[in-house]
Amino acid sequence: MNALEFKNVSVVYGEGTPFKKAALDNISVCFPEKQITGLIGHTGSGKSTLASLANGLLKPTSGEVLLFGENIWAQKREMKKIRSRVGLVFQYPEYQLFDETVEADISFGPKNIGLSDEEIKKRVRLAAEFCGLSQKELKRSPFELSGGQKRRAAIAGVLAMRPEVLVLDEPAAGLDPKGREEILGGLTEYKNTYGATLIIISHSMEDVARYSDNIVVMKEGEVYMQGAPEEIFMQAEKLFDAALDLPQITKLFIELKKRSLCQSTDVYTVGYAKKEIEKIIKNA
Amino acid sequence: MLKDVTFGQYFPGNSLLHRTDPRIKIILLIEYLVLVLVAESLPAVALSLCFTAFLIAVSGVRFGILIKSVKPLIFVLAFTAVINLFFTKGESEPLLEWKFITVYSEGVRTAVTMLIRLLSMVLGSGILISFTTSPLELTDAIERLLKPLKAIKVPVHEFAMMMSIALRFIPTLIEETNKIISAQKARCADFESGNIIKRLKALVPILIPLFVSAIRRAEELADAMECRCYRGGEGRTKLKVMKTRPTDFVFLASVTLFTVAIFFVNMIEFSEVIAFCADIF
Repeated sequence: MNALEFKNVSVVYGEGTPFKKAALDNISVCFPEKQITGLIGHTGSGKSTLASLANGLLKPTSGEVLLFGENIWAQKREMKKIRSRVGLVFQYPEYQLFDETVEADISFGPKNIGLSDEEIKKRVRLAAEFCGLSQKELKRSPFELSGGQKRRAAIAGVLAMRPEVLVLDEPAAGLDPKGREEILGGLTEYKNTYGATLIIISHSMEDVARYSDNIVVMKEGEVYMQGAPEEIFMQAEKLFDAALDLPQITKLFIELKKRSLCQSTDVYTVGYAKKEIEKIIKNA
Repeated sequence: MLKDVTFGQYFPGNSLLHRTDPRIKIILLIEYLVLVLVAESLPAVALSLCFTAFLIAVSGVRFGILIKSVKPLIFVLAFTAVINLFFTKGESEPLLEWKFITVYSEGVRTAVTMLIRLLSMVLGSGILISFTTSPLELTDAIERLLKPLKAIKVPVHEFAMMMSIALRFIPTLIEETNKIISAQKARCADFESGNIIKRLKALVPILIPLFVSAIRRAEELADAMECRCYRGGEGRTKLKVMKTRPTDFVFLASVTLFTVAIFFVNMIEFSEVIAFCADIF
């Protein structure tokens, strides 16, 4: 089953003015349930527009957005419910923090849904755990935290609503390598615990290769490629065409193949690369 | 939300007004405001109206933009007109009497002049300054015009710098506000229902991040300026030196003459003009 489905969706900004611009042009794309889909594309290819469509912040000019088969715009009054089911984490979400303590800030979403105090407390604690925030940090003011911790707090604020579908716009951008790993690992853990569907927008081919089950490539407002990571990274030329790149490890293996040192071309994670290299050494 | 703001918007162009020295334009604006406020008799008002039309024609600003700039003021304009229409008492016979409403011919006259004055002021200042002068030119001009105040220790350059920074950050902060609104909406925030207190409270999650980011930006900007050795106006020269051309003075002189003329035209009543014409024939 598809958690989220876009059917012939177009978004046109500034219709009726000379600045008219189609951000998305008649796209149809599916995001399968309980999987992590990596969404990649050049700047301005429509990734962020797609994210805003997922929870109804933006209404498509034409076409339908289906959440588990139901059109999210069917009942406008239910939009709040849709937004609690489809969590959206914007780029640099740390700038949305506002409350006195981190705990209060994370509670903002669940409170808006109208949960009981007890349930809110429980969810805040769990969300903080997934994001790697300690009990001590929960009591502090969000403005005292470091940049990385602020990012965690902001992501926890969305996780606490316990969304079935979670869309993240570059959740790890600008963090140090350890922070990246912890945040992306925590999100994977969240997905496995609640059977959630994740859509992660990223510019890092390494992260996408490592964490996603599916990849959607966008180019100039259209869906350019879609498939499993090995299928996508096989078509290097096409990726370069969309102004994207391969994971560095894949590039290394392409060079190795050119020098006929190895045959495999589907290497895109470091773990798999290690095994391949060990095989090569053994054969030599 | 926050989309139709024409205030302070600059429309690049190459009209006579675009090319006029911004310092001259500021003086012109002052003269223009005097002119509009002084014009009282019908011929004078008619003349001031002609002058406004002349400015519109010379500026080359599109008509739609002018309409848009007046739109937010429609309520104020209508309110002033109605108040003047019904509450001005005259000596002559009332034009209309219906229950508690009486309208005198003086009332109609004040209402119309008021309306014309307000409209001219809004349109004129828009055309002379904001639509045809880039914010940078404008603050530069203000700095130059206020330079004499430096003698009494007024930090003129700093004021001008503050003004240009403020103008530059308006669009940035609008964009930032929209982003924060979207982010809080994604956390199911509700800005559209409930009573007034609830709605005001709902603004807190928008305003706090907005202020925090404004202060952060200010600090970053201050650091960036210091890194490039900014230390106030002392000994600082301009990239674009303002030059007043002969045509600017011609423009200024003719508008000054026109304004003086309005003072005299004010003394003539419309009835006198008609009588004068009748005399000739």
